[in-house]
Amino acid sequence: MKALLNIAVLSLTGALGLVLAWSILDLPASAVRLPEQVTAQLDMSGVAHPVTAVLLNFRGYDTLLEIAVLLLALLGMLALPRQASGSKPRPVPASPMLQTLARLLTPLMVLVAGYVLWAGAHRPGGAFQAGAVLAGAGVLLHLAGLLPAWATPGRALRAGLATGLLVFIAVAATLMTQGTLLQYPPGWAGALILVIEASLTLSLGLILAGLYLVLADSKVQA
Amino acid sequence: MIFDLLLAAALLWSAVQALTTPDLFRAVVLFIVFGLLMALAWARLDAPDIALAEAAIGAGLSGALLLDAVGHLRQKRRERSP
Amino acid sequence: MNAPLIYALTGAALFVFGVTGLMLQAHLLRKILAFNVMGSGIFLVLVGLAQRTGIPDPVPQAMVLTGIVVAIAATALALALARQLLDQSGEMRLPEEEAGKDKLDV
Repeated sequence: MKALLNIAVLSLTGALGLVLAWSILDLPASAVRLPEQVTAQLDMSGVAHPVTAVLLNFRGYDTLLEIAVLLLALLGMLALPRQASGSKPRPVPASPMLQTLARLLTPLMVLVAGYVLWAGAHRPGGAFQAGAVLAGAGVLLHLAGLLPAWATPGRALRAGLATGLLVFIAVAATLMTQGTLLQYPPGWAGALILVIEASLTLSLGLILAGLYLVLADSKVQA
Repeated sequence: MIFDLLLAAALLWSAVQALTTPDLFRAVVLFIVFGLLMALAWARLDAPDIALAEAAIGAGLSGALLLDAVGHLRQKRRERSP
Repeated sequence: MNAPLIYALTGAALFVFGVTGLMLQAHLLRKILAFNVMGSGIFLVLVGLAQRTGIPDPVPQAMVLTGIVVAIAATALALALARQLLDQSGEMRLPEEEAGKDKLDV
């Protein structure tokens, strides 16, 4: 019975794969030329790197919704009942070597995050990558036993988690009074994007690190 | 072109291995390998932004998350069968 | 046949692998792995197909960048839910899946 089911599923998905491959090869060229449109409007976007321009200007509302989704996922994780671990012993005391390395690397990673954020305006980089580097630093610190896992985030941490979304919404709402949602006034675009990106980096770093640190807290009680 | 074909084959191989290896820990490690190969593929597709994000998030952060989950699972099993 | 097209086809294959894994594997951690493979496949199709002409297209690249970050959030939430299930039922598979002989296979 089980084997029969496996064969049925495999043949169905195999057929799906063939249909997908055929439609990819058969698809006519797109009538809309998006790269040209982006290049044509790039001067007005406030940044010189096309991907950042798309992320924070041309399709800024995608990024706005994305940071909201991330925050929602973390809230969902925090809302799950977890075993309280107030007196949880540290899992394994990390080696002094790892601790020293983590202490040396963390400032460097923060510096790299800052650079990647700044570089995003004119070359590959930006808030997402910078936030990921910050989160990596958080995970490293936790593994080295220097940063405790999150039981319940305190007030400052909560503010940090929400900053990105709140700043983005504030900018969007202010621009809404001027006309359209997230249509930056000419001349201000670069500065506004930098403000949004900086707050996004902070929040993304905290949220992404939180995704790990919240789970790390729910260790099995011995 | 040859490199792209090899990379595509490596991607497919690591994905199949990650999905079928009996040992869960090995499966997660193979999934991290898959993430790193994806980062290479993004670099080949002229998408350095995605390559950066994939290397940091797809391979690094999700690897840490999944390995932590495997550790949790093993700890749970050890408690059950003393 | 150019390089982006190769990656688009690879993406379609990865999507199919992911769907197959999602349906055939009972263990929730494996389902999460399969789901991620599926997502990566979709990302490759999105970018590879848009860049068939050989010109890098920043629009799907930005979409995929957003997608990767959302995927990790979804993965983390799924892992949290799976752990919850493990803590409460002692198993990391859905109740309707037939119980395997090894309850907590690692």
